Amino acid sequence: MRKDLTGRASNGTLVLILKKEEAGKYTKAQKAAMHFSASSFGSVNQFEIGRWKNFMKPPRFQYCAPRILDDALLLLEQEGTETKILAGGQSLVPLLNMRLAAPTHLMDINRIAELNYIQPEEGYLAIGATVRQCQVERSLLIQEKHPLLIETIWHIGHMQIRNRGTVVGSLAHADPAAELPTLLSCLDGTLLLQNSTGERLLSTDAFFLGYLETALEPGEMVVEARFPWVDPRAGWAFLEFARRSGDFALVGASAVLTPAEDGSCQVARIAYAGVAGAPVRAREVEQVLEGNALNEQTLNRAAEVARAVVSADMNDIHATVEYRRVLTAELTRRVLQAAWARCRV
Amino acid sequence: MQDQEEVLAFTEECEVAVTVNGQRYERRVPVRLLLSDFLRHELHLTGTHVGCEHGVCGCCTVLLNGEAVRACLMFAVQADNMFLTTIEGMAGTKSELHPIQQAFMEKHGLQCGFCTPGIIMSVHAMLHEHPDPSEEEIREGLSGNICRCTGYQNIVEAVKLAAERLRQDPQEVE
Repeated sequence: MRKDLTGRASNGTLVLILKKEEAGKYTKAQKAAMHFSASSFGSVNQFEIGRWKNFMKPPRFQYCAPRILDDALLLLEQEGTETKILAGGQSLVPLLNMRLAAPTHLMDINRIAELNYIQPEEGYLAIGATVRQCQVERSLLIQEKHPLLIETIWHIGHMQIRNRGTVVGSLAHADPAAELPTLLSCLDGTLLLQNSTGERLLSTDAFFLGYLETALEPGEMVVEARFPWVDPRAGWAFLEFARRSGDFALVGASAVLTPAEDGSCQVARIAYAGVAGAPVRAREVEQVLEGNALNEQTLNRAAEVARAVVSADMNDIHATVEYRRVLTAELTRRVLQAAWARCRV
Repeated sequence: MQDQEEVLAFTEECEVAVTVNGQRYERRVPVRLLLSDFLRHELHLTGTHVGCEHGVCGCCTVLLNGEAVRACLMFAVQADNMFLTTIEGMAGTKSELHPIQQAFMEKHGLQCGFCTPGIIMSVHAMLHEHPDPSEEEIREGLSGNICRCTGYQNIVEAVKLAAERLRQDPQEVE
């Protein structure tokens, strides 16, 4: 671009300025092309002088990335209510980019090495706050001891999302259509919350309050999720229905069935995603199953009862309540059959 | 430990040092600068495209320490001390194309080409993990990238060809 042909418009962008006697030398199309190149040259120039700061997608926030949990908790206590915790960022950063969330402070916990652990304990599997979903997928321990967790995670987003997204982050975000809150609810799992003065252990019923809403208090952080082990005799399955691979499910279902020696179902656990403002543990469906053989009649009754777990306000652009009820009934049938087929009697 | 003071304070600007395609860059950036914008506007590596900028389309996929991630869902400061590979780093110092790029060209795995950098990076990571992918695995591996031109058929063919060639000459996979 010839510098002598450009000038600056009132908004600072470069524009084409032609002297009257020169103007006749160019066709209309040539002038348009020069205008275009002048204005794009202008914006590159702005990037170079750092003015692109004003064109960023996420809103302004203060950031810090502590390396020690105690420091993080202390900072959380000092900075009060407007601090969000950044782990994998696969839900939070889209919210920031769309400016649906505007926290004043962002605390990045990715550098806190002490929170990156997968620890088998008596009765449950403990997963620390910075463990990524792909780490769980690749863990030989979990592949062997908790395959239901792997099957569940496999339904989350895409490989690129699971490479960053964390298990605990997904729970703390509390999207009711998400897979992990549903699984944790199905297994009667718990979440360990910590602040600078102490810790508390919450059940899923106490933690998940509603759409993206949890019992987390200002200054508190979820440091660990505890997934109870599944009885080795039990059959399990996670299924969901989404319009495209990797999308959030319209409805998802997680089931664990423990067989009795006489071939009936002794203990049943079933939970749903996408049917209400929080994950739903369907005890009324479990009652239909417990003590009965899993025959066609039982499946039909379970599917019928399951229709009622869909909350009446679950109408949105993706599906109507009635459609979700149809999906829930069918998924109930399929997830129970899949789980039952894996039982070891 | 010398920068503990800085690490512990909330701030709006940070130093970031990243290695992109083998070259080290050091910059001072606003903390809210997305990694995708950092690559494009600060380092002028415009091969990484941005489409939706909220993690759906996959155009901005880059390799972070060898793993495929969305550059639009990370802040540049989070990549501090990490290794990135972008589409510019695929062919290496050689002038010829990387076998994955070559396969996309031969099999017509692109039309407008906007999504192609992201797809190539995803395919690179996929073939690293599954050197001999089934068609189902290829389609699953591509599901995080949206292409609105090709209908995906030729992309799948290109990945099959690339996988075959890389199996014969595995040194090509870094």
